Amino acid sequence: MTIDTTPKMTWWNRLSHPGQFVALTRPLVLPLALLTGVLFAVGLWYGLFSSPPEKYMGDTVRIMYVHVPTAWLSQFVYATMAVSALGTLVWRHPMADVSMKAAAPLGAAFTAMALFTGSLWGRPTWGTFWEWDGRMTSTLVLLFIYLGIVALWRAFDDQLRAARVVAVFTLVGAVNIPIIKFSVDWWSTLHQPASVFRADGPTMPGEILTPLFVMFFAFTFLFITLQLAAMHTEVRRRRITTLERRAARGDAR
Amino acid sequence: MNGFWSVLSREIRLSLRGGGEILTLVLFFVIVGAVVPFAVGPDKALLARIAPGIVWIAAFLAMLLGLEKLFGPDRADGTLALYRLADIPLSAVVAAKVIAHWLTAALPLILASPVLALLLAMDATSFWRTVLSLLLGTPALAGFGAIGAAVTVATRRGGLLAPILIAPLSVPVLIFGVGAIAPTGGPDQAQAAILLLAALSLMVVVLSPFAAALAIDWGED
Repeated sequence: MTIDTTPKMTWWNRLSHPGQFVALTRPLVLPLALLTGVLFAVGLWYGLFSSPPEKYMGDTVRIMYVHVPTAWLSQFVYATMAVSALGTLVWRHPMADVSMKAAAPLGAAFTAMALFTGSLWGRPTWGTFWEWDGRMTSTLVLLFIYLGIVALWRAFDDQLRAARVVAVFTLVGAVNIPIIKFSVDWWSTLHQPASVFRADGPTMPGEILTPLFVMFFAFTFLFITLQLAAMHTEVRRRRITTLERRAARGDAR
Repeated sequence: MNGFWSVLSREIRLSLRGGGEILTLVLFFVIVGAVVPFAVGPDKALLARIAPGIVWIAAFLAMLLGLEKLFGPDRADGTLALYRLADIPLSAVVAAKVIAHWLTAALPLILASPVLALLLAMDATSFWRTVLSLLLGTPALAGFGAIGAAVTVATRRGGLLAPILIAPLSVPVLIFGVGAIAPTGGPDQAQAAILLLAALSLMVVVLSPFAAALAIDWGED
């Protein structure tokens, strides 16, 4: 009896082939986009018209429905990048490279949005656009890390080599972010403590919490949709580069 | 272990005989510190208050300047490729280079800090605290610098990129470094800051050679 050692075509193996990956996940993009649209419509209607204004902050509390989901995504996208970096370093999974590259600009955009909406909200409630407070400062540092990673991707010509180097840096950043967060909190604290996820339950009334959660899922699905679309674009871009290189070699011969 | 020491002594000899490289770095450090009073005015009380921050910023910038020299020349002349094939691990070579980088780019700055202390009207207590916090904090900057230099060594425009990548990571070092000198409002937390700074330095110095070696190894083919 012989032992069969040829690799099996499991779904995991199929995913690691760029063409197969695009073929498998392409049908997902349209439903995901529709779901995102519906969630945004419901969330915005709830947030803008159906929920009451807050007692102290008035209508400006509605900024929260954009601010909190983007702030959550600014960290979730980094986690996605860190897991993809592990995928690159440990399994050398080709799609992990692509996922890491697609997530970096998205993360930077969500972080910038969180900072922008935060400062718009800070102006009427705290009386200032910017305050050197713990959470705002660490979000700003996170934005700088995202932008640095985007710049690092662009500095390499060979994207396969770039992927492994960026993966190392992404993981170094992932180890550092908690330290940065701790040090900045130690440095200064003004921002209100967390009020949604706490051991004794949420401290907000239901009519504010409902649109918040809907918007939360809307933004998360927005990220998933954009991430898949960006990954497909990156796969095609690499294929074009390869074809161009092959064509150039053919001409030279 | 032999290889480790020979890399260390090679690095130190190279920078000692490199045509006054260390002196240039020290000069940069002092000039950055001495330029600040022109920008904020010669008010002694104000200068004394912000002096620790100025000294730290000057040291931070001076250490970023030397980063390109860390792996760049070795890659250009092929030494780095030989280090990868050496019979000691690449992380040991990187560790030797981090130590040499600290000895040639941080220690001279600390020795030159009395000049800045004098110019910026620091008192004796905060001067000694500054020296202590620089001694404890600059190893972490050297470690982060090695990671930044290793990640960008294979790129064409690495020179400007490394400081951009490292600066956000170095925020805790600056916070605890300055916190160890001048407690900004509230109770005196300098003791805690010194301990946290030392812990951070130990961690970074231990872990950064492995990360930097990984980045160098996988950045090449």
